[in-house]
Amino acid sequence: MGKPNVVVSAKKNTGNSNPNRIVGFLQKWGLPAVLLGPFLILITIFFIAPVVLIVILAFTNMDSSMVWDLNGLLNFKKMASDPNLSEIMLNTVFYVTLTLSLNIFLGLSLALLTTYFIKQESVGLIIRTIWMLPRISPPVVYILLWLWFFDPSEYGVLNSLRMIFDMPPANFLADQPMTAIVLANGLIGASYGMIIFSAAIKSIPGDLFMAARVDGAAERSIIFDIIIPAVKWPLMFVTLWQLLSLLTSYEYILLLTKGGPLFETEVLALYSYHKAFQSFEYGYGSAVALVLVVIALICTFIFWRIFGMDKMIKSSRIE
Amino acid sequence: MKIELKQVTKAFNKQGNAVNDLSLTIQDGEFVALLGPSGCGKSTTMLMLAGIYKPTDGTIYFDNEPINHVEPKDRNIGMVFQSYALYPHMTVLENIMFPLKQMKVPKSERVFRAHAAAEQVQLGHLTARKPSELSGGQQQRVALARAIVKKPRLLLLDEPLSNLDARMKIEMREEIRHLQKEIGITTVMVTHDQEEAMTIADRVAVMKDGSLIQYSTPMDLYNKATNLFVAQFIGTPPMNFISGDLMKLGESYTFQENQQSRLIGIRPYDLKLGNQGNVIMNATVSLVEPLGHSNLVSARIGDKLVRFFADASYRADRGTPIVCSADLQKIAVFDKSTGQSIDTEHCIKEAFAV
Ligand SMILES: Nc1ncnc2c1ncn2[C@@H]1O[C@H](COP(=O)(O)OP(=O)(O)O)[C@@H](O)[C@H]1O
Ligand SMILES: [Mg+2]
Repeated sequence: MGKPNVVVSAKKNTGNSNPNRIVGFLQKWGLPAVLLGPFLILITIFFIAPVVLIVILAFTNMDSSMVWDLNGLLNFKKMASDPNLSEIMLNTVFYVTLTLSLNIFLGLSLALLTTYFIKQESVGLIIRTIWMLPRISPPVVYILLWLWFFDPSEYGVLNSLRMIFDMPPANFLADQPMTAIVLANGLIGASYGMIIFSAAIKSIPGDLFMAARVDGAAERSIIFDIIIPAVKWPLMFVTLWQLLSLLTSYEYILLLTKGGPLFETEVLALYSYHKAFQSFEYGYGSAVALVLVVIALICTFIFWRIFGMDKMIKSSRIE
Repeated sequence: MKIELKQVTKAFNKQGNAVNDLSLTIQDGEFVALLGPSGCGKSTTMLMLAGIYKPTDGTIYFDNEPINHVEPKDRNIGMVFQSYALYPHMTVLENIMFPLKQMKVPKSERVFRAHAAAEQVQLGHLTARKPSELSGGQQQRVALARAIVKKPRLLLLDEPLSNLDARMKIEMREEIRHLQKEIGITTVMVTHDQEEAMTIADRVAVMKDGSLIQYSTPMDLYNKATNLFVAQFIGTPPMNFISGDLMKLGESYTFQENQQSRLIGIRPYDLKLGNQGNVIMNATVSLVEPLGHSNLVSARIGDKLVRFFADASYRADRGTPIVCSADLQKIAVFDKSTGQSIDTEHCIKEAFAV
C-alpha cells in the first residue's frame, strides 16, 4: 500500500514549492492515517496510557486530594519497609503457583477425559460445556455459590456434608482461606486450558494412537509419549497466559475473602487495588502495580527464552 | 505364524457390515495381499488382525489360539499405516526404538537393534532426523523399520506404497518382498492396486463390499477368475467382455452376439489378429494406438469395444473390417446375473442346441 504513494509523492516533490509539499505529504500519509488512526488512538488510550500513568503515578504521592506531587523513590522505600509486603509477596507466589498447577492439571485432565477416554463425542461435549458454565456466568454469582458452599453455619453445603460424617461445622473460609481461593480460581480457570488442550488433542491423527497401540503402548505411555508432546506448545502458551492473568487478577479473591482474614489471602494485585481504591493512596497503589508489571515482564521473558516460546510463534506446529 | 479367520464379521453401524463373513487362512511365512476397491473393508480386516477393532462376529486365530479379545500390545505384531503414522516429535531412531521401549528392552540393546533395523531399510545415515525432515519414501522406510524392529510374529502393511511415486513404488515393492523373504515373517498387505498385489504376494485375497470374492495365487486369479468382478479387476489392460454365444462350426467356433446371453471374457493378450485361434470373430477397427513395441488396437465386436495387441507395423483406418481370434481354452465365460464363471465347454453345447 505504501509503495504507490511513495512514487506519487516523489513526482509531486519535484515542484519543490510549499503548497505542493503539503499536497504531497497528504497524499503520502493521508490514507495510512485514516486507516491506522483509530487503531493507534485506541492502543494509545487503552494500552499505552495505563502503563505510562502507572509509571508516573508510582513516583508521586497522589492521594484522595488528587494532587500530583513527584516524590521520587519514596513509594518504593515505603514498600521496602511495608510490614505486610513480605507476606503479600509470599501469598502471591503461593496463590499463583498453586492455582496455576490446579488449573493446568485439571484442564489437561478434563481435555484427556473428554477427547481421549470418552470416545463418544456428544458426551465429551456435554462435560466440556458444563465446565464452561461458570465462565459465562457473572463472577458475583459464581462466588456466591462458593460462599454458600463454605458457609460457616450448618446450612452451608460443606458443613451439611460434614454432618453426614458426624463432623462439627467448620468455618472453612476463615481456617483455610488460601485453599478456598485456589479452589475457586483453579476450577473456573481450568476451562480455558481444557478447551485449548481438547482442540490440540483432537488434531492428533487417529492413526498415531493406533500405531502406538500396535507398537505395544499402554494408556500411560500413549498419554506421556504421544499426547503430551503433541500438546506441548498449547501447554506452554496456556501456562504463560494463565500465569499472567493470575498475577494481575484479583476479583474472585476480593469477592470471596476480600484478602482476609487479615492479610492471609491478600495478593499483590489486590493490595494495589486496596491501596488505590480503599485507602486512596493512588501513588502507592501504582508503585505496587508497577512492581507487578515488572514481575509479569520477567515471567514472560523467562518463558520466552528458556522454554523457547519464540519458536512456537515463528512456525506452525501442524505436522 | 499361521493365521485363520473364521466367519469374521465387523459392523460399525446397523446399515451394513464393513466386513462380512470373511473366512481366510494364511500359512506361516506366507505373503498375502488383500486386494479390492476403496471402501471394501480391507483396512477394517487389517485392524481386526491388529486388535484395534474387535470382530462383531466370528473368530480370529493366531497359531490356532483364538485372539479376539487379546489387546494389540499383547499380539506382537508390526504394522505400517498408509499415513505412516510416525511420531512427529521423535527422531527416526526414537521412532524405531518406541516398540522396544514398550517391551522394556534395555536402553543399549534398544539402540543397537534400532540401528540394525534402520540399516536393514537403508536409513542408517538419517537416524537423527525428525520425520518432517524426510521424504515420503524415507518416511515409509522408517515406518517399516519400526514395524519389524521387535521381530513381530505378523507384519501388517496397509497400503504402504500408495503415497509413493511410480518409480519409488516399484523399488519399495521389491525391497519389501526381499525383506519379507529374508526374515520369513507372515505378512498381510492391503492394496487397491492389482498389479502391486499380483507382483508381491504369494496369494491374493480379492474383496468386494466386505466379502471375500476369491483367494488364490496371482496366476490363478489371472487365468482362472471364478467371478466376473475378479476378471474385471485383474489385469492391465482389463479383460475384454463380449455378450453372446459360441457356435461350433466344424473344428472352430464363431461368435454370435446376444445381449441376453452370457459374458465371454478374453484377455487382450489372448486376442489375436487373424484366424490362427479356434474362436473366430468379426470386428471393426476403431483406434490403433502405437505403444512402441506394439500397437494397441481398439475394435468393436458387435456392440462391445475390445482391445488387443498387434504388430508395431500394423496400420488400419477407423472402420476397417478385420477378423480376430482366440483359443477356446483361454476364454472365460460368466453368468450375467450371478457373475459366476461357467465351464466354457458346457456353454458351447447349449449354444449349439439353440
Ligand atoms: N471407524 C469406522 N466407523 C464407521 N465406519 C467405518 C469405520 N472404518 C471404516 N468404516 C466403513 O467401513 C467400510 C470399509 O472401510 P475400510 O476398511 O477402511 O475400507 P478400505 O480400507 O478397503 O478402503 C467403509 O464403508 C467405511 O466407511
Ligand atoms: Mg483403507
